[in-house]
Amino acid sequence: MPSSLSNLRALTAAMVLLFVFAHPAAAQLSFKPTAEAVQEDKLLNALKEGDKISGRISIPDVNAANLIQPAGRDWRDFHRSKLPIIGGVAIIGMFALLAIFLMVRGRIRVDHGFSGTKILRFASFERFTHWLTASCFIILALSGLNISFGRKLILPLFGADAFSAMSTYAKYAHDFLAFPFMFGLVVMFLIWIKDNIPGKLDVLWIKQGGGILANGMHPPAKRFNAGQKGIFWMVIVGGVLMSVSGWFLLFPYIPANVTTMQLLTVIHAVIAMLFIAGIMAHIYIGTVGMEGAFDAMGTGEVDLNWAKEHHSLWVEEEQAKGQAPSGTTPRAVPAE
Amino acid sequence: MARVKFLCDADRCIECNACVTACKNEHEVPWGINRRRVVTINDGKPGERSVSMACMHCTDAPCAAVCPVSCFYTTADGVVLHSKDLCIGCGYCFYACPFGAPQYPKVGNFGSRGKMDKCTYCAGGPEADSTPAEYAKYGTNRLAEGKLPLCAEMCSTKSLLAGDGAIIAEIYKERVMKRGYGSGMWGWKTAYSDSPTG
Repeated sequence: MPSSLSNLRALTAAMVLLFVFAHPAAAQLSFKPTAEAVQEDKLLNALKEGDKISGRISIPDVNAANLIQPAGRDWRDFHRSKLPIIGGVAIIGMFALLAIFLMVRGRIRVDHGFSGTKILRFASFERFTHWLTASCFIILALSGLNISFGRKLILPLFGADAFSAMSTYAKYAHDFLAFPFMFGLVVMFLIWIKDNIPGKLDVLWIKQGGGILANGMHPPAKRFNAGQKGIFWMVIVGGVLMSVSGWFLLFPYIPANVTTMQLLTVIHAVIAMLFIAGIMAHIYIGTVGMEGAFDAMGTGEVDLNWAKEHHSLWVEEEQAKGQAPSGTTPRAVPAE
Repeated sequence: MARVKFLCDADRCIECNACVTACKNEHEVPWGINRRRVVTINDGKPGERSVSMACMHCTDAPCAAVCPVSCFYTTADGVVLHSKDLCIGCGYCFYACPFGAPQYPKVGNFGSRGKMDKCTYCAGGPEADSTPAEYAKYGTNRLAEGKLPLCAEMCSTKSLLAGDGAIIAEIYKERVMKRGYGSGMWGWKTAYSDSPTG
């Protein structure tokens, strides 16, 4: 019924007018343009861990739409307070551990002395892959440590200008050597995975502490013992974590916003500290820690007695294949 | 010396982006870099507010704390500046900055970011004041000429305030008292409140 509806409208309009004229002050107060306005305090309080206040922006840079990201303070706290502790404990701790071990245990000798007969342990391609990855790793580790701790440790020695110039080259080295490192990682995985599958012998090896704690004790091992397998898997798993997190840092913002990139740098830094500590142990046992061990990656040929003591079953396999000389010196007796 | 700050009265900001444009023009900021930007919160909804944001020149600045080569310094006025000669373009300041102020020109492959660029509060850099070398790296040094940052100076609604922190805070509080509302001093809690010296 259109007529009654228009009557109702007219009546309502009249009432509103009456109300407005009768109470002008009340009418003004009832209109609150800012009642629903956003408040910074409320937004900040409502933020969850790692969240940010963002909005819409008219420039093409989507990252610029983040207005405030308090998580930056947590990242700063990690970088300034937590990472030095993690890195210090891992690296200085490992150094101390190895020094104590060297003092207590001394250099691990070849029990039966050098036989003078050599057996090929790593072919040239394997050694190339190892040293490609290793040399990249050392430069990546040093340039990474420089970014993390250089300001405290190195900057005071050389001054801001020289340190900055050095750090620029270190950063470029870090960015570009990441690629040969990743390549080496893939090749190492492919050529050594078959010898690094954990087996029953590894349990025995671990039970006997690898024979490194007592003189003359040598649990049987194939090409790689449980300790070496541990290093292999540490390098593969650590390397993959470093590569994936590093890849996204190398190509900033492709899949990531600032929060993801903060998380990636934390992963990258923590894994790096543990990785470096692990590799320190690897370098120790391959050089200072054990007589005859460096030859494996140096010339590629190890002494037959060394091989028999540390990789008894591998030597037997090689001899069975006719690829190794059968030594005349007494065989090392497995400790079981 | 005064402790200078920025304050954006979001209830006055009309999102005209004049501050953004003025800044880019004054300092000849490289393509792709915005030292200042305007973000609209709750865009299109009742009570939306626009906030003009740049480097807030924090007390105890996070960027300075995390910089691996220590290229930041704070002037006597409380302005946080950096040396582009020392900067290695690692991106750390960007991760730590609560306001997304540090930006990097893309100069090469992979993570080869260029030297970081950010708001200088129109105060140049470590080079001698108002020299061509300073202008090329950091833009105009208006502070050396006794002028305030251009973005705030030319804000048509006087939403963006720059100057002595105590004075601009007083102006803002007066406005809030008079009109009866205010959406807050955006960024101040994050930039200045964590430190006892403010």
